Amino acid sequence: MAQTTAHQAPPVQHAVRPAEAKAPARARRWRAVTPWLFLAAPLVLLGVFTYAPVANMIAYSFTDWDGISPELHYTGVENYTELFTRPALFQVFFVSAYYLAASVVQIVLALYFATILSFDIRFRNLFKGLLFFPYLINGVAIGFVFLYFFQDGGTLDTVLGLFGAGGHRAWLGTAESANSSMAGVSVWRYLGLNFVLFLGAIQSIPGELYEAAELDGANRWQQFRHIIAPSIRPILSLTVILSISGSLSAFEIPYIMTGGATGTETFVIQTVKLAFQFNKTGLASAAAIVLLLIILGVTWVQRRLVPDEKVDLV
Amino acid sequence: MVHIRIRTRTTTFAGALVATALLTAACTGSGGSAKGADAKAPTDPKKVSGTITVLTHKTDLVQDGTMKRYADEFNKIYPKVTVKFDAITDYEGEVKIRMNTENYGDVLMIPGVIPKADYPRFFASLGTEAERSKKYRFTAFTTVGGKTYGQSPMGSIPGFTYNKKVWSQAGITKWPTTPAEFLADLKQIKTKTASIPYYTNFKDMWPMTAWTFANGSLSCDVQANNKLTTTDPWAKNGGELRTVDTLLYDIVHDGYAEKDPTTTAWEASKTKLAKGQIATMWLGSWATVQMQGAAKSVGTNPDDIGFMPFPAQVDGKYCPVTSPDYNQAVNIHSAHKEAARAWIDWFTDKSGYADSQLTISPLKSAPLPAILKPYEDAGVKFIELDQTKGAQVNAIDNESEIGLNKPDYRQDLVDIARGAKKQSLESFFADLSKRWTAAQKSAGQ
Repeated sequence: MAQTTAHQAPPVQHAVRPAEAKAPARARRWRAVTPWLFLAAPLVLLGVFTYAPVANMIAYSFTDWDGISPELHYTGVENYTELFTRPALFQVFFVSAYYLAASVVQIVLALYFATILSFDIRFRNLFKGLLFFPYLINGVAIGFVFLYFFQDGGTLDTVLGLFGAGGHRAWLGTAESANSSMAGVSVWRYLGLNFVLFLGAIQSIPGELYEAAELDGANRWQQFRHIIAPSIRPILSLTVILSISGSLSAFEIPYIMTGGATGTETFVIQTVKLAFQFNKTGLASAAAIVLLLIILGVTWVQRRLVPDEKVDLV
Repeated sequence: MVHIRIRTRTTTFAGALVATALLTAACTGSGGSAKGADAKAPTDPKKVSGTITVLTHKTDLVQDGTMKRYADEFNKIYPKVTVKFDAITDYEGEVKIRMNTENYGDVLMIPGVIPKADYPRFFASLGTEAERSKKYRFTAFTTVGGKTYGQSPMGSIPGFTYNKKVWSQAGITKWPTTPAEFLADLKQIKTKTASIPYYTNFKDMWPMTAWTFANGSLSCDVQANNKLTTTDPWAKNGGELRTVDTLLYDIVHDGYAEKDPTTTAWEASKTKLAKGQIATMWLGSWATVQMQGAAKSVGTNPDDIGFMPFPAQVDGKYCPVTSPDYNQAVNIHSAHKEAARAWIDWFTDKSGYADSQLTISPLKSAPLPAILKPYEDAGVKFIELDQTKGAQVNAIDNESEIGLNKPDYRQDLVDIARGAKKQSLESFFADLSKRWTAAQKSAGQ
């Protein structure tokens, strides 16, 4: 990227020199350079903050680095061998099933709300705001808020008490209820994002289609089934991919709320503990690479099963 | 070597990721370190100068100006030294990462995750142990190859912080001497008072790690820590941690702990103990001053906060283990090592910090704090564990991924005890034993 910026002619020169015959050549050169100038900033950021650290991580995954010592040794694929000979390390993926189930609920709900709110109903913008709001809150804050929410005799118990289902429950007390509760929190948090994506896609459908459909006597369900659903398919499949990778790499909510205790440890929490609790940075890097490969693999399979079709409505 | 790594990082991206990445790793490994550097005490306090940065985890003391007042006092003797404080909330996590560079203050607390064997790479020596141990406690904890690298400004002993009023309401006048007696006492508290007999602080995690500090007080053996490298701490006959962990298991299993440990709150627990809603917590002597503070703020009597040792005796005597808090050390890359050393010496010897925290002074000549008066009366024998094999114990601990000083395995223990995790205590201990002894073989040497 540095080279590209070096090619940039100083603006002062540009202004002083008469345009003359060289102008078309220079203009052409500018035209070639301009897109790269626009790209420069994001590419540099991407390189420095994504690819360079990933390269480092790959390097660490082949060493026995403890994260502190200036000394590290190349150990070949030893970390990967260790990972795959310890099946217990992969058992934590069962926890992801809770988040996966939750994301099904999340997508259905988001789709439902997006469809309803794309039609003209009262307080439409208010509801849009309400649904999107949780996504704007910092994940750490959400963790703390819900810790009080799920406390024995906390907010949730109090609210249930209003409906006569009072009593004290340890919502985070067992693995099943803790994981379900936290998957619920993740639905609450990410529903807004899915909702906005769907809403945007739905609103790009030309209005005449609905009018025509209504003239033909199609009801709301038929409109959804034959107009909305097919036209937002690319967004839908994108959301599914995001949900699966999100479920596999669930981290901040369980980390803040339980720290992985009581059977809520996810793969990322386990990796963090390997790296920062037991000083096995090399092994943890390998685990992170494996997770990356798993997610890439799942995405690839999914793209093969549901190919990206072009949507052509009109 | 650090510079090399950073330069490589910025020039490589895209392209052959793996190839460059391996190169990066190779660079990290090379390069020397200023081994054997010393931070000597200045001969003339008036001459030593420089601005030093002190990294500290005591964010509260920096915010309320206490540390500033210490610095002012310090300046009366060392007028040319400017002391700046860098208070870090996530001390362990942040400092560990900063230590990959040379820029980690002039004086810092040694993070717990740094392997002892690496101390000479990171810190300047404060002198030989032979000479320092004449005057100071806890020197063995930071000694590598005969040289000492850190000095704790205060020490503490583990024990049960308890509400005296609640315990006497339940009709208990004497400290229990065995785990069984302790359990019986908790039972009495449960039946006779409205208090929660024991509070785990499960959710806040670190209080769960304090149980490890009971190691040594059951056998009264100063070699207890070194023995971890050769013996199984959860062995059926005589594993010390087995007894300790069994007590925790029994407390939870018999229903003497709070109902929902997963949502405990440390800050609120202080007030609850002060009010008598909680009877007992296993912490350290350092916690007393905080509990008394809580008592003052809710209007209960601070003198009701008591402190008692682990219920085990050898020859009729309790043997609590004294141990240091974070050890202060001098950054080996510091440009003002003399000034940094001066700060550590002054803070250890003259600041009165240990006293203000009601903890054990690092000076061997200083008397015990008032809170430990009942200990002296009860004829308690304080012991300090031999730390010769401390580095090896850490290596085994990391290799086995058990974490003697991490909350995880005790959280599992509590989950098993309250039935949230289906496993028997026996098989849990057997698993710990297996992992520990296997790691002894691979990492113990």
